[in-house]
Amino acid sequence: MNNWNLNNKQMEQCVNCPVHNIDNLVKLGINMSNFDYVIALAGNPNTGKSTIFNNLTGLKQHTGNWPGKTVARAEGGFVYNNNNYKLVDLPGTYSLLSTSTDEDIARNFILFGKPDVTIIVVDSTRLERNLNLVLQILEITDRAILALNLMDELKRNNMSIDLRQLARELGIPVVPMEARQKKGMDELLKYVDEVSSGKFICKPRRLKSLSPKIDNAVNELSKKIKEQLPNLPNTRWVAMRLLEGDQQIIDALNSGEIGNLEPSLKHAEEPV
Amino acid sequence: MKNYTDITNRANELRWEIGESFHDSIIESIYSEAAAISSNTVKTSKNKDSYSFDAKIDKILTSKALGFPIMFVLLALVFWVTIVGSNYPSSLIAELLLDNVHPWLKQISSDIGLSYFVDGILIDGAYLAMAWVVAVMLPPMAIFFPIFTLLEDFGYLPRVSFNMDFLFRKAGAHGKQALTMAMGFGCNAAGVVAARVIDSPRERLLAIITNNFSLCNGRWPTQILIATIFIGSVVPVHFAGLATAAAVVAVALLGIILSLVVSWTLSKSILKGEASAFSLELPPYRPPRILQTLYTSLIDRTLFVLWRAIVFALPAGIVIWLVANINIQGISLAEYFIDWANPLGLLIGLNGVILLAYIIAIPANEIVIPTVLMLTVMTARLSGIGEGAGVMFELDSIKDTTTILQAGGWTTLTGINLMLFSLLHNPCSTTIYTIYKETKSVKWTAVATFLPLIMGFTVCFIVAHLYRLIS
Repeated sequence: MNNWNLNNKQMEQCVNCPVHNIDNLVKLGINMSNFDYVIALAGNPNTGKSTIFNNLTGLKQHTGNWPGKTVARAEGGFVYNNNNYKLVDLPGTYSLLSTSTDEDIARNFILFGKPDVTIIVVDSTRLERNLNLVLQILEITDRAILALNLMDELKRNNMSIDLRQLARELGIPVVPMEARQKKGMDELLKYVDEVSSGKFICKPRRLKSLSPKIDNAVNELSKKIKEQLPNLPNTRWVAMRLLEGDQQIIDALNSGEIGNLEPSLKHAEEPV
Repeated sequence: MKNYTDITNRANELRWEIGESFHDSIIESIYSEAAAISSNTVKTSKNKDSYSFDAKIDKILTSKALGFPIMFVLLALVFWVTIVGSNYPSSLIAELLLDNVHPWLKQISSDIGLSYFVDGILIDGAYLAMAWVVAVMLPPMAIFFPIFTLLEDFGYLPRVSFNMDFLFRKAGAHGKQALTMAMGFGCNAAGVVAARVIDSPRERLLAIITNNFSLCNGRWPTQILIATIFIGSVVPVHFAGLATAAAVVAVALLGIILSLVVSWTLSKSILKGEASAFSLELPPYRPPRILQTLYTSLIDRTLFVLWRAIVFALPAGIVIWLVANINIQGISLAEYFIDWANPLGLLIGLNGVILLAYIIAIPANEIVIPTVLMLTVMTARLSGIGEGAGVMFELDSIKDTTTILQAGGWTTLTGINLMLFSLLHNPCSTTIYTIYKETKSVKWTAVATFLPLIMGFTVCFIVAHLYRLIS
């Protein structure tokens, strides 16, 4: 009897758990007026960003097994758990440091577009190289989810990844996925819901291995920026870009445009 | 608005203090931490079967000796399957739309008493043009696009790009031009848009201007039909399919060579510059998702392109019917033009009919062949074939088409030159508009439009003279 009750209770929890509410997903295509949250899809080329985009929005962005198909950013919408999401598919890049059009589009969107969640799609069979971009994105944004895609290929290559350890190291949720087979979408949606609504607070990893001299300089400048722009979420990253002499960021600072990055202004900008 | 010059000033001072190594040491930190995380989390067992399997395939597909032959054989195989596979469904659709539906529509029109003019424009013009395009285009597209998409899904395209990279670099163009060129084989407008993957404006212009040298979907039927008549028929019957496929591949290859030559010429003259370096990742081979590929390539690509063709074919059909039926002093507009253009046409091994057909077909290359046949019948004053002035029709067999074309004064030279001119003429109006949208420049749009046309006239002129010297 007792057992039966427990099972029933467990069942109830399962039914209410968002993971089992994949039926709640409504693909909106390009119809995305009145969205509540903005989600960005970033990652290296050819890791499956467009496939995830299509799975969520029901749109049919051209996908193919070659890097560089997504030439500009594509946008679509979906509804999950009664929230309207706008999803932006960014062009694939290997870094956010050097200057090519692709990297500018991706970087500027994560910085100035202020997505509520950035889903970083990585190729699990090439984790080390993909992490270079992940670490750079985590310097810019606090809210991110790692979509560890192509898990089937990982298995075929007789490799495995310690998911808990990876999530601990990065301080963000890690979701194993096989996007082409639509596997892992439910868990991804659950985390999108939790991170965007603030139920899950990320503690993204920041670069630890900087030399003391550089670390001091970054900290000093970062403090100075924080004094004047207390709400800027990514002062450390802005400090590093300034130290590197990034003209775009210097211009944004000189023109005062950088103030727009403060989240307090965010909802005022959006048309009601 | 606030001003933060004190922050930038302090940043400038600090930048001096920490020295030039800043950028490198940041990158170093990123790389070393990524390596540390990865070694903490990734477990690799000792046998790396799948990787070495990928490497083995790559060794063959991208080898110096075998890379290109495999590419050509694959290309020829795709065309051969397309040519052979689309014959039967084509004639089936033609029988339905032209032999059954068309007479039925005519019957209805005479029952409700439509005037000669309305009946002609709607049924003999618009409907027949549409029916022809569907019959000719649907089967090859339904075969070609899925096969091409399967190759793409499998991961073959980046290998093609890898193989051809050194050629494009030597031509002063970007290696990714190989990818935009491949897209152009489906549709030039799509290829022009795909050139956005190239960052440098100079190399992007090269890719855009030369994209027209990729035979697009609308031109394959012309190539295939003319090759079947004029190339396939001069070899023994059981080699006909193979010879036809080979001829079509030869024209496609000529297009690739010309796009390299034109890129080289432009990058040595008005678009001077060096090719920029880029890294191209060879993705792992992935088993293609057959069902999904079939679905997306049929619904998204095939029906999309077909719809576009139909939209353009309807007004073109009306124009064809009108120019063939509006008479001034007993002679139709079409005949005036053809008589006037014939001397120029014959000089370059074509004829006035073909030139008029290419003007009518500017909106869509797909309707060149039906227009040519209709105009030829009309001007050669054949009786007993076809259905009257300005009526496009499907012929029962290739033999009938041959009879008509020969009666119209066609020779093997006309066939060869039509294949060449089909490769080398102005892009269709959609592509021209796309080029303008992408470049925002009238000048470069004009270059991309007229350069191939001038080349077409020149090449056809030279081939005609050589041919006449030999024969």
